Order: sequence, then structure tokens, then C-alpha cells
Amino acid sequence: MDKEDEELFVPRLVTTEENFASGHRACVGCGEALAVRHVCKALGKDVIIVNATGCIEIFSSLLPQTSWRVAWIHTLFENVGAVVSGIEAAYKARVRKGKIPATAVKFVGFAGDGGTSDIGIQALSGAMERGHNFLYCCFDNEAYMNTGIQRSSSTPYGAWTTTAPVGKKSIGQMTWKKNMPEIAVAHNIPYVATACPSYPFDLMDKVKKGIEIEGPAYVHILSVCPTGWRCPPNLSIELGRLAVETGIFPLYEVINGEYRLSFDFPELKPVREYMKKQGRFRHLTEDVIERIQARVEEEYLKLKEKAGVK
Amino acid sequence: MTKGKIVGLEGSFAVAEAVRMVNADVISAYPITPQTHIVERLAEMVADGELDAEFICVESEHSAMSACVGASAAGARVFTCSAGQGLELMHEVLYIPSSMRLPVVAVVANRALSAPLSVWCDHSDAMAIRDIGWIQMFAENNQQAFDLTVCAYRVAEDKEVLFPAMVHLDGFYLSHVIEDMVMPDDKEVTGFIPEYEHPFVLDPERPVSMGCYGPPFIYSETKKAQEVAFENTKSKIQETWKEFGDVFGRHYSPVEKYRMEDARIALLTMGSSGETAMLAVEELREEGKDAGLISLRLWRPFPFKEFRDAVKDVELLVVLDRAISSGMGGPVCSEVKSALYDKRKKPNIVGFIGGLGGRDIPVKGFKYMVNRALEKVKAIERGEEIETEMIGIRE
Repeated sequence: MDKEDEELFVPRLVTTEENFASGHRACVGCGEALAVRHVCKALGKDVIIVNATGCIEIFSSLLPQTSWRVAWIHTLFENVGAVVSGIEAAYKARVRKGKIPATAVKFVGFAGDGGTSDIGIQALSGAMERGHNFLYCCFDNEAYMNTGIQRSSSTPYGAWTTTAPVGKKSIGQMTWKKNMPEIAVAHNIPYVATACPSYPFDLMDKVKKGIEIEGPAYVHILSVCPTGWRCPPNLSIELGRLAVETGIFPLYEVINGEYRLSFDFPELKPVREYMKKQGRFRHLTEDVIERIQARVEEEYLKLKEKAGVK
Repeated sequence: MTKGKIVGLEGSFAVAEAVRMVNADVISAYPITPQTHIVERLAEMVADGELDAEFICVESEHSAMSACVGASAAGARVFTCSAGQGLELMHEVLYIPSSMRLPVVAVVANRALSAPLSVWCDHSDAMAIRDIGWIQMFAENNQQAFDLTVCAYRVAEDKEVLFPAMVHLDGFYLSHVIEDMVMPDDKEVTGFIPEYEHPFVLDPERPVSMGCYGPPFIYSETKKAQEVAFENTKSKIQETWKEFGDVFGRHYSPVEKYRMEDARIALLTMGSSGETAMLAVEELREEGKDAGLISLRLWRPFPFKEFRDAVKDVELLVVLDRAISSGMGGPVCSEVKSALYDKRKKPNIVGFIGGLGGRDIPVKGFKYMVNRALEKVKAIERGEEIETEMIGIRE
């Protein structure tokens, strides 16, 4: 698409309104900042966002400046689920008591993979179990990037991080990535999805579904981090695509318990294509890569079975 | 001129009545002994429609306070309550409403801290959170627990205040004890508590960014602004108590005094042990000792002026701590000493630690403290160093 076509067609597909302003301090090529931008386009103005401590909060809200053109609050690292519960409850009570008019306001939580699958999992689990009407977006860059690339439970097997370093007795991360979307599914909430800013329309579509559905919704967004993944910033989009095309990060939805693959590929690309472009996997030997390949295929097959895809 | 009817209520139910009368919008709490009766009663009120509120049964105290923060930032009148370990689990979150100026009101049924596990009363939990920027008030009986909870809302939500406020009532001693008290009409309380309106709330129509990140060039300035504002709450607290007294006929001050007019010896307590200490003062008087009692009603912000005035003619101040500041003695005694350090004329101050983990301090315990303190003053005069003594220990 050349520039002229882009100006003609893109505004018809997606709003040109930017509720997440540029000029923030994210690293070059940050997949998370791009994901936030897309999510904010899908959310629109009528929203209250609760943000966990982490990269997003740091690069968007350095006093006295802010990138947020919507109502936004950050308090702590691990409590997004609880803060958003309180905001939603306040809205319900105040509308019922006639203190404010009923509106279409949406309540949304933002957190990274550490803020979601590690330190914030309890507050999130509580909020999902209680059935508050909110959308939770996990921006997964697969480690504690804000503090300097420390491993989280969402870091993939074999990846180098500063707290899972490669050494004579270590290949880096020695555990398999925690399956956070499945944990959300286990709460029997009406909507769970995975997404990636390399597929922006799919991402925005899922965010819209998440806010429109009544009850808790969870969208897990793979956010490429060139700084932490040790890759050139111009590979952000490509790596997101490869994560999906190799089956490492399949895109799917679970609507009221029904699985649906967003993209199915007759044949998955080898994981090697994804991994060889990233410094965090550089040290891996062929046998480890094969072990990862086998695991990815096994998990992908399980997902296909759940989605009823042969 | 106290208005209302006499009822018999335990402290927990008295607090729940106050929360109902101020018409809280959101209650978020996690059960912990000895706070449970407060949440149970409030849950019943919501279930019966006596109170129109959202009751969030959160999965931890950390989340209880976090949900209060969210609800308060969204413009709701909120309530939570906790005790002991629960307050400690909240600890991190407690800094948020004080620094983000959200008028969360919390009641704490004071409880000891583990280990060993103890559900019984002392003030370890209250002392562990004293530096956070919450207004902290101590109740001596159930009437005060009710009155102070009502006042906490009026103070916290005042546009010139906008700080969180905490009312402390001693676990079991007050939370589970039925006392007679005067219960005012709903209308009187409603009339005393104006509609809550925070100048900045989370509102899509008027978007604001709350809780931004503060680098070194701005952090100190935000803390200075917070501290100045916090100190300024003292006058509002006193003004509110005066107006409460005018309406309800019960008067409160930051430093409560009992038989202090001519006292040369003063006991200093906080919370429910004050009433026992009063009996000790009576007996000491009968024995010819000119004793009185000071009860700290307001713990934070610390009422320096009122406290210094209260002890200006005192020769011996005997301080009871129901908590330990490990390696430093008693926290209240340390602070009281520091409050008087700059004074040329000040009393001898002798601190005791007692009443830990629900250990009762009877009248004779207070008399023992006074008599021991008189001996210790002689030791001080001989140039000896004295240590904080723990009373009632079986050795």
C-alpha cells in the first residue's frame, strides 16, 4: 500500500483519533507501546484505565506530563484487579443512588506479564471470580523489562534473562511459560483472547469484543520487546508475526467456553526461524530447540482439539 | 443535651451503624478477627437493603484497600476495616490514599502481630502504620467508636483535608463488648455529613491522569506539599469535633484529660485502657498522690501543642505502650519524649510496655506503674540509666 492508498483506506478501517499520545518515552520498536496505542483506539474515550506499575506506566506518565487522553490511574504493581473492581463498584453504586447518570463507560485494567501472571495474579483472580464488568489487558513482553530483563513466569523456556542467565549449568529460563490465558479460561469468564500488535485489526476487534461483553474479559497481548529480547527494533512486527506463525503464540478466542482459532496455518513455521532472530535464544543448542519445537507442536495440537479444528 | 436513644451495642455494631448512617457507597473488606463482626453486620445491612452500597468481598486486605482506592478515586464514599496481620498486608496500599489525597475511611480493631499468632488486642498494628499519612484516632469506648467514625468521614472528605482517616478501637475490649451508648437519629447524622464531592475524580468526561511517576526533580516537592496539607488537618479535625459536640453533646479533643487540673503525676494511655486508668487515678488520689490521666485521642497528626499544654505542670509522666518498637522501647513513649525535648521545663518520663496480645492491665497494674515510676525517678536523680520495663511478665 503506498502512502496515498494508506491515507485513503486506513481511516475507514480505524479511527485516526489517538487517545494515547505520542511523545512518550518507550524504547524504539516497543511492541507494547504500539499495542497500547491500538487498544486505546479500540476503547475510545468512554473509558477508565487502571494501569499497573511497569514499562507502560513509566514511559507514559512522567510528572508533570502524561500521554493519556482518557481517564487513567496508576497506584501499585499488583493490585490492578482490585482497583478496577473498586472503580466499577463505585460506578454501580453511584448510578443506583442517582449521584451520576448511567453511561457506557468501560473499566479496563492494563498490566505487564509480571503484574499479571506473577505478583498481580491474586487480585486479578479475585476480580474475575467476583464477576466485575471489566476488560483486562496483559501486555506480555515475557520478562520484567522495566527493571532490567529479569525472568517472570511468562518468560519462555530457554530464554536468557538477567536472573535466568546462561551459564555452565544453565540454559537460561528452565521452566515453560505459564499459560495465563488458560488460567483466565479456568475462571469461566465470558471472554478470553490472545492478540498481538502485529495483527492490529484482530487486536482491536478482540478489545472491542472484550469491552462489549458483560462481565470479566481477558486479552493477553504478546508485546515484542527489542531491548529485552536482544533484537533489532525494526523486527518488532516481524517477530510478532513469527511468534504466531510458528505456533509459539497462537491467536485464539474463548467465548463463553467455546474455543476459536483466529488464524490457522496448515503448516507451522519452524520455531528456529523465530528464535534465531533474537539474542535471548542465541545460546541454544539444536537439541534444546528441538525440545521447544516438540512442545510447541504438542501445545498447538491441544489447542486445535479444543477449537475442534482437525 | 445528648440526643438519641440509649442502646446496648457491641463496638463492632456501633461502627457498622455509623457506616450505614453516613450512607457509604462502597464497602470492600476481608474478614479477620476481631474485625469480623463489623463486616458481618454491614453485609447483613446491604443484604437487607438497609444500606444501599456495593459490598466487595475481596480476596485479601491488600485488595480491600486497593478497591477502596479505586472506588474513592471514582468519587464514591468508601469504607473498609481490618486488624493486625490484615492491616500489615494492607501496609503498602495505605500509602496510596494519603499521597493521592483520597478520603478513605477505615476502622481497625486493634490486634497483636504474629508470631506467635495472637488474635487479641494490642497496638502493634496501629504503630506499624503511624508514618504513612493517615489521620489516626483512638476510641476509648463504643460510644466514641461510633462518634469518631462519623467524624472521620466529615474530616477526611472536607475539601481542605482530603486525607484518609482511621479509627482505632481495641479488639475484643471494644469490638466484642456490649456497652450502653447513645444512638442518634439517622437524620441527625445525615445532616452532619455533607454529600461527598472530590474535586478530581476518574471521569471520562473530564479525563485526568492519577498516580503519575515522580522523578527526583519533583518527588520532594510533592512530599512537602503533602506534609504541609497533613499538618493543616489538625485545625479541621478540632473544628469538626467542636461542631460534633455542638450537635450531639459529646465533646472530643486531641488530648483528653482526666483530673489533670492539679495533677503532678500523669498517666498516659491510648484506647480502651484509659477507663481502667481512670479508676487507678481515683485510687491514687485517695492515697494522697496528685495523679491524673492523659489519653491521646489523636495520634496522627500528632497534637504537639495540646500535648505540651497538657503536661506543662506535670512532674512525672508515666507512659503505657501496648506495642514494642523493637530495640527502642515503646513507640508512644519515644514520641512523647521527642515532643518535649525542646522544652526547658519538662516532666520526668518513664515508659512501660504492657497489655500485649490481649493481656489485661488491671487497676493495680496502673498503680504499680506509677509507684515504680516514682522509684525510677529517684534512680534518674542518682544519675542511673533506666530501661523500659515490661509489666506483668511471669518470670
